[in-house]
Amino acid sequence: MMFDDLRDLYQEVILDHGRKPRNFRRLEDADRTARGDNPMCGDRMELQLRLAPDGGIADAAFQGRGCAISMASASLMTETVKGKSEAQARALGARFRELAMTGACPACGADLAEEMERLTPLSGVHEFPSRVKCATLAWHTLNAALDGAKEASSE
Amino acid sequence: MTDGLHGVGGFDVHRIRQDFPILSQTVRGKPLVFLDSGASAQKPRPVIDAMVRCMEERYANVHRGAYFLSEAATEAYEAARSAVARFINAADDREVVFTRNSTEAMNLVAHSWGRGVMRPGQAVVTTEMEHHANLVPWQMLRDDNRDIALRICRATEAGELDLDHLAALLADGRVGLVAVTHMSNVLGTVTPAERIVAMAHAAGAKVLFDGSQAAVHRRVDVQAIGCDFYAFTGHKLYGPTGIGVLWSRLEQLERMPPFLGGGEMISMVTLERSEWAPPPAKFEAGTPAIVEAVGLHAAIDYVTAIGMPAIEAHERALVDHAMRRLTEIEGLTLLGRAQDRGGVFSFALDTAHAHDLSTLLDRAGIAVRAGRHCAEPLHARFGMEAGTCRASFGLYTTSAEVDYLAEALVKAREFFA
Ligand SMILES: Cc1ncc(COP(=O)(O)O)c(C=O)c1O
Repeated sequence: MMFDDLRDLYQEVILDHGRKPRNFRRLEDADRTARGDNPMCGDRMELQLRLAPDGGIADAAFQGRGCAISMASASLMTETVKGKSEAQARALGARFRELAMTGACPACGADLAEEMERLTPLSGVHEFPSRVKCATLAWHTLNAALDGAKEASSE
Repeated sequence: MTDGLHGVGGFDVHRIRQDFPILSQTVRGKPLVFLDSGASAQKPRPVIDAMVRCMEERYANVHRGAYFLSEAATEAYEAARSAVARFINAADDREVVFTRNSTEAMNLVAHSWGRGVMRPGQAVVTTEMEHHANLVPWQMLRDDNRDIALRICRATEAGELDLDHLAALLADGRVGLVAVTHMSNVLGTVTPAERIVAMAHAAGAKVLFDGSQAAVHRRVDVQAIGCDFYAFTGHKLYGPTGIGVLWSRLEQLERMPPFLGGGEMISMVTLERSEWAPPPAKFEAGTPAIVEAVGLHAAIDYVTAIGMPAIEAHERALVDHAMRRLTEIEGLTLLGRAQDRGGVFSFALDTAHAHDLSTLLDRAGIAVRAGRHCAEPLHARFGMEAGTCRASFGLYTTSAEVDYLAEALVKAREFFA
């Protein structure tokens, strides 16, 4: 059928997370809140983090609107960074951006391998240059939240 | 499918398509179905050739040299102005000012009329259905500490201009200018130009039409419309980028101070002061878009030879066809149901976000635009902050392409369901 070759981009995991994003809620006791905007396409999300006493991410949740890719990416991101230290979360973000832009992450190494495995369904976006930003918006927003900034833009 | 290829009334869309080299291309192994002409139209061979010929044979700066090539280029540039004047039935060639695009034309009016002629206490009316190019310049004027207010006329649920609201906004007689689109780039709505002019003039207001979309799809006669300013842009009219048009009546252009300062726009310069050249030169500072003017001339000749009425009839048939095909798709929301409309359709599917949808359509070789199409307030008005996909037609669009779009939309909906 017409769109079969798009199953690489829109894998079942992505469609599922896009339709029913996990951690899609308000965090009442959030320590950090950052807004992510993709002004070109109108994607917009608000990410909230609750931090553990050691600075790690105790809980992560988001709300917003966007395409299947950006919603799925935010959903997978919140699942993946929960329970991670700040350094681990930032490292995951850097690797994910590499994955989204090139389709692979040769420098990824053995640590966090399981987490990266979870994010690989999104690697298909690298073939769609205009859609990479949709996948990385959540991670830009995570960095902004960790930095204590209020806004992130994927422009 | 013969009708799909050949259109209506002797208008041979198949032959016309052969004039556009880019249309024979395949995208991802599929024939290109280009449905983004509202953003920028493709260029026919005569436009491409005219621009190449200009650079190969007749190129020099204009209005500056007393030698053969400069005179030839000047003649070509001014011939383009005459062609534009005829195209919109201007009373005088000097009423045609070349700009970079319609955005610059609107900014020119906001600057030279808004800041130069309008008085404190007056207001500008624009509408909810404008492209940002006909909204932001007026917000900037309002915020310029000149005591000029901005009033926004509403659109109805059907996507038409709310003329009752317009009447209410005009009632106190303080409106100096009504700046309104002649055709919405999102809803396809064609606004009732003569009616708007009559209402505005009765209230003492001038009228500017943003004709960026309208001028492509129907015959525009600025004298019959009776407006005071009319703006359009070359690249949507099958011409090149980098050239647009502002038309206004001569006495009005004479009253307005210049926009940009520099060469071409002066008649006398000393170190202390300068005197302005008469219009249109007064508004054309610096070296103009010479090659692009020649290209626009060729584009105007091209559509004129086919005939604007024939183009309009072809597009009307396409619009009716698209309306039927798109409205029968389950789960599809179409923005705007105006009575009088052109070939622009913005829509959303219940199962798919506009960006995902455009990625899918792209795989099928279909180029549509996804987003808010430089009309964020209008998308907000219809509760479509997340954006829409927009299919917009050109004179080369076929009903077979519309059918193909409709089939792809049905399959895309299933894909995401
Ligand atoms: C209705 C309308 N107005 C203004 C514009 C701006 O045209 P340009 O970018 O050529 O200035 C466009 C096109 O994008 C349009 O559709």
